[in-house]
Amino acid sequence: MSETLPKAPVRRALRVKPATTEDKIFFGVSAAAGYSSLVLIVLILIFLGLQAWPTFAQQGIAEFVFGTGWSNAEEQYSIGPMLWGSLLIATLGVILAVPMAISIAYFIEFMATPRLKRTATLFIDLLAAIPSVILGLWGLEVFSYVGADWGRMLNETLGFLPIFSNVAESFLRTPFIAGVVIAVMIVPIISSVTREIFSQVDDDLIKASIALGGNRESTFRKVILPVSASGITGGVLLGLGRALGETVAIFFVLNLVFDSYNWFNILEPGGGAIASLILGQFGEATASEVSALLAAGVILFLLTLVINSIAAFIVSRAQPWNNR
Amino acid sequence: MNSKTMNRAFHLEAKDINVWFGERHVLKDVNLQFPSNQVTALIGPSGCGKSTFIRTLNRMHELIPTAGLAGSVLLDGDDIYDDAVDPSQVRLKVGMVFQKPNPFPTMSIKENVISGLKLSGRKNEISNDLVEDSLKRASMWNEAKDRLDEPALSLSGGQQQRLCIARSLAMNPEVILMDEPCSALDPGSTRRIEETILELKETMSIVIVTHNMQQAQRVSDKTAFFLADDNQPGYVVEFGDTQQIFNQPVDPRTNDYVNGHFG
Repeated sequence: MSETLPKAPVRRALRVKPATTEDKIFFGVSAAAGYSSLVLIVLILIFLGLQAWPTFAQQGIAEFVFGTGWSNAEEQYSIGPMLWGSLLIATLGVILAVPMAISIAYFIEFMATPRLKRTATLFIDLLAAIPSVILGLWGLEVFSYVGADWGRMLNETLGFLPIFSNVAESFLRTPFIAGVVIAVMIVPIISSVTREIFSQVDDDLIKASIALGGNRESTFRKVILPVSASGITGGVLLGLGRALGETVAIFFVLNLVFDSYNWFNILEPGGGAIASLILGQFGEATASEVSALLAAGVILFLLTLVINSIAAFIVSRAQPWNNR
Repeated sequence: MNSKTMNRAFHLEAKDINVWFGERHVLKDVNLQFPSNQVTALIGPSGCGKSTFIRTLNRMHELIPTAGLAGSVLLDGDDIYDDAVDPSQVRLKVGMVFQKPNPFPTMSIKENVISGLKLSGRKNEISNDLVEDSLKRASMWNEAKDRLDEPALSLSGGQQQRLCIARSLAMNPEVILMDEPCSALDPGSTRRIEETILELKETMSIVIVTHNMQQAQRVSDKTAFFLADDNQPGYVVEFGDTQQIFNQPVDPRTNDYVNGHFG
């Protein structure tokens, strides 16, 4: 029977192989670079994991992540307030930065003359390139005092809201100030991504909206923003990732408090940030504290990994109708 | 005939229209009258300024940063370029359909139909009857009625273009401008759009730019032939009844163009 079956077609290998010496070298270098990044990430994770293991084993992961207190004497380390502080400051920064960043992007893309557009784009990108230590020093020497005045005004006018209450009588070194510094830091990132997304909005849609009697505002709200939403979200998450990982700038302007949570009192001088904790404690750390700090690093690493993965996923799905 | 009925006879009128882009003069002294309930075709070779001209009729022209204009466009006797006129109000009366179907991708079919009312802040006029009526007038109701909440991009290209016509009709315009509405569509979809145009002229005036001579003959009552000599602004060579323009053109250049000798 089998001889009556038609012969199955044999698929041929179609893989592109480097043919010339130049191609072989080029492929080799590229592949080595690509794989080494993967290897590096894995090695870093292994190193962090090994170093952090004693802390996780001794404290328990839940106690380490959600508990309070950081004591060398008792060898008890918990990053709860730091982790929450990171999230609080990053959220504050994003809330302040997003409207500003979107407005900048709209102005550059839809209002500015070509010349102003080039200049503004250049300056925004330069702003993104300012090292965070510079922004930290600016925050410490200049903005802290301005921000403290803003905080005082907020407290005087809106102090009846728990979020703006203040019992310490000082408005320096608060999550609010750290949040504004973070906002300054991430506005260029978000506005740069948003501008790119805006530039990809099909001009025909904007024309259609205007031809239907829409004005600038309604066209922005009902046409431009909906088609850009996923891309902008990706940009915001990139900014959030940067905000969570920010170390030096926050260290300069925030009073780190380990033994209690500052849930939402953004005008009180006290809060937390994981990366700043590591920076602040590492220099004079005991052996067991080093393990705890590296454990904090693992948690921060995982957190930013998750946020960046979400960002990558959302950006990859931006404007799905363009991929049909 | 009193002046009021005169105005009604010519809904839309372009008087001495000149257009510039920066320093470049691209249209010269265009005078055209678009009679009510008739279809006027604008024909001519590429680059003769007919698409530019149609955009002056609903003030889309001014969105190009370097654009300049002289002359006036009268809608029911009033100059739409008057300082006191809000351009978005003009566009409510003079709708537009573009070359490429451009439904809003984030909206459903139904949301696209009513998008103009939302964009122009007339939400109180939105109703299911309006959606049905607009889609019916655009010959889209039978295809769309069971999928109103599906994304507009799930429709075929021809259906998307008819959805864009329905979107315009929901605004209840007096005039619809169509800039080569069938150039991105297959022959079957083109035929359906042409049938729709013939139904629509019962209730409004239509101005259509087309490269397709047969289409101009099939759908239009009046035809204007535009031409631009090398590096010179475009102008209207001849304007008249479509039958006359195609069968007994006065100008030899019109004769050459409609018989396919150039362009």
